[in-house]
Amino acid sequence: MGRARTIARRTFLIGSAAIAGGVAFGWYSYRKALPNPIAGQGLATFTPYVLIDAEGVAIVTPRAEMGQGIHSTLAMLVAEEMDLDWAQVRTLHGPPGQAYYNSAMMREAVPFAPTDEGWLASTARDATDIPARLLGLQLTGGSTSTPDGFDKMRQAGATARLALVLAAARRLGVAADTLSTKDGAVIGPDGTPIPYTDLAVEAASVDLPDPPTLKPREKWNLLGKSMPRTDIPAKSNGTAQYAIDIRLPGMVFASIRRNPSPGAGLASFDAAPALALPGVLKVLPLDGGIAAVANTTWTAFQALDATQITWETPATPLTDALLSADLTAALGTSPEPLPNPVDTDFTADYTVPHLAHATMEPMSAAAWLHDGRLEIWAGSQFPTMGLSVAATAAGLAEEAVDFHTQPMGGGFGRRAESDFIRQAATLAKDLSPTPVLLTWSREEDMAQDMYRPAAMARIRARVTDGLISNFHFATAAGSIMASMAARIGMPNMGPDATTVQGASDQPYDIADYQVTGHTAETRLPLGFWRSVGASQNAFFHDSAMDELAHLAGDDPLTFRMRHLSHPASIKVLETVAAMSGWPASQPGRAKGVAFCMSFGVPVAQVIEVEDTPQGIRMTGAWIAADVGIALDPRNVEAQLSGAMVFGLSAAMRGEITFADGIAQQTNFFDYEPLRLSQCPPITVQVLESGGPIKGVGEPGTPPAAPALANAIFALTGQRIRALPLHHSITFA
Amino acid sequence: MITLTVNGNDYTVDLPPGTPLLWALRDVLNLTGSKYGCGVAACGACTVLIDGQADRACQVPIGDISGPVTTIEGLGPALTAVQQAWIDHQVAQCGYCQSGQIMQATALLSENPKPTDAEIFDAMDGNLCRCGTYPRILAAIRSASTAMGG
Repeated sequence: MGRARTIARRTFLIGSAAIAGGVAFGWYSYRKALPNPIAGQGLATFTPYVLIDAEGVAIVTPRAEMGQGIHSTLAMLVAEEMDLDWAQVRTLHGPPGQAYYNSAMMREAVPFAPTDEGWLASTARDATDIPARLLGLQLTGGSTSTPDGFDKMRQAGATARLALVLAAARRLGVAADTLSTKDGAVIGPDGTPIPYTDLAVEAASVDLPDPPTLKPREKWNLLGKSMPRTDIPAKSNGTAQYAIDIRLPGMVFASIRRNPSPGAGLASFDAAPALALPGVLKVLPLDGGIAAVANTTWTAFQALDATQITWETPATPLTDALLSADLTAALGTSPEPLPNPVDTDFTADYTVPHLAHATMEPMSAAAWLHDGRLEIWAGSQFPTMGLSVAATAAGLAEEAVDFHTQPMGGGFGRRAESDFIRQAATLAKDLSPTPVLLTWSREEDMAQDMYRPAAMARIRARVTDGLISNFHFATAAGSIMASMAARIGMPNMGPDATTVQGASDQPYDIADYQVTGHTAETRLPLGFWRSVGASQNAFFHDSAMDELAHLAGDDPLTFRMRHLSHPASIKVLETVAAMSGWPASQPGRAKGVAFCMSFGVPVAQVIEVEDTPQGIRMTGAWIAADVGIALDPRNVEAQLSGAMVFGLSAAMRGEITFADGIAQQTNFFDYEPLRLSQCPPITVQVLESGGPIKGVGEPGTPPAAPALANAIFALTGQRIRALPLHHSITFA
Repeated sequence: MITLTVNGNDYTVDLPPGTPLLWALRDVLNLTGSKYGCGVAACGACTVLIDGQADRACQVPIGDISGPVTTIEGLGPALTAVQQAWIDHQVAQCGYCQSGQIMQATALLSENPKPTDAEIFDAMDGNLCRCGTYPRILAAIRSASTAMGG
């Protein structure tokens, strides 16, 4: 089977990507096929997504697997069209490549409400396909992988299947329409199966017509069903290999410590005490800090502790007071006063703190520079960027870098950054030809995060005849986009739409409805944090909706529905009401509701709380969400409930505060996520309006904080407008 | 030189006796199933069995260990009832904490084959999961308990 023949079926790629209206960016360069990153591997590569070798069919699933099960979902799309036996499916992350660009990433950046499926909005979303392709973004985030892959991956499977069927038809001398496919084989007219692996080489030289049509939904065998995830067995027996688990012959272990004051560097250091420790190999300056290299990671940690380091003093040390003043200043007198203000108008200020990502696996990367090539193993949501950063750090051309994207011990947006990859590549250059594993301590991971920005909102609103007649919402936060653009050397892209995400895009019908975003001074690195702007804006916007419902003397859930005409949004509220038995609770308990539409997914959540002698305890949680089409319902449910838990952790106790320039939280004892006993039973109902398919990694997070705060109000009468909630109330 | 018995095999490691077990496992013995999460016994990702008891490998110096150590790799090759329940319930998301969760649950069920929910909470509350797989962890432990005849 050594004869490797390759043909890139680029017709498919062009076909799937071609849309009207691309003239602005140059039709020719846009239509030109991108290099196939896996060309030359295996027996046959039909598209960048399907590889057939002697072992069978491997599906390239080029999105970061950080727990959301995306490798399985993307593989299901291909396997469905190819009629593969799910038990035989293999997935590969594949190398970084521009062909794996994410067109849906830019799609959500257009200034149209997600409910707007009109001609102008759809055209603008389609046109964004082009710049994303030119930029070569292979980014995982924004709940985009499923919408991005839904057509692409199915077309990849259908193209591969057609090539295999045509090859079989040629070999058997029969018409293609006398053949069928099943369980990874073409079935001949007499019922004899020919495995795809036997046809792969012949199929690679078949001339394909236009991209084949896709199976209608009623013919789906895998999609729409809950399939066992391909990654779960290895995650249940300790063999899943994260970047932190890479071991190579002769490997040394490194860790880094940088100035805990963001923006300030290294003044001087004395490594002599560290170098006296057994097992310490080297202490060197790295990336504005100090790295220690040793025989174990533990020894490297000890060496950093033993090194006497003098840090530069920041020009303006960060404090909570300073950061809070930035928000107040940015907000100014916004929002605009209501017309003809009256005393009974509602005005409230809300605040949320900075947050760390705190992935369970701290930042880590393995790197090995040998024979003129650099190999990198890292968990990255942005491997094309990681590769570029690594090449620059090692002083190599990108072609001389092999980037292995590993499964991630959590991402949540943190692994869209490439700082740890840059550091590992720099170390590999210094230590060449010895391979090195860089592991950040948990304390370093907390101190050197790109945080979810702190934010503030002021809302002025009026209830007239039981309905909101005026809703003026202004919010201030530092700009994530500006912070990230500066880090990756891209120009600032203008106003940061993420600041108003989860507020400006809500489907409420209110006559006088204004949302404004105000960019505050950005004094520390800011980054994407699961659900991005919606993570704070849902708390602001939906808490205010709840307050206005009570002002109106109305039931909070019914009150929200009175302001909605978007059918899917109404439906999720009706569903969550039915699921939770809204609003009834047994004595001593109460329920709160919240609604947020983010990433195009309307989500309603109800939380029930109980007052116990130990404090407030959650006794139940219910989620209803409309994802358009649910490809793998059990996994969608896991994402929604997991995202809710992520939001609850932040709502209850999550905060990064600053004093004397330094983040005050250092580890899980003072940045404490929800624990098992605190997690309520969570019931999820996934609705499918059949509209455009939506991603689901993030939309479960935004409503969690307001649902809990609204439940606390319903139980205690205490309205909490500042997160985390534990400053205002005791939790059991 | 310190001798450790891990998953039934004897190893001699050339590390100072104060080195936490986790780093001997991960960086010397290449048993990377036990994870580093916090280094201060606040997350449970490094949980292993020492003499059958769940312990945080990041806190136990290798010089203090006399009994046998079992890591997630030592549960095999056949899946245990706990691991089977983890797969049946599709518990893992990112999976990074799950070795520790599985080892903690294994210790719980070997001591107490039929734990109440309160006993499960008590045993498992030191094991953090950032993906929020808790509802499925609870369901998997209940299933494993039933499968083990508890």
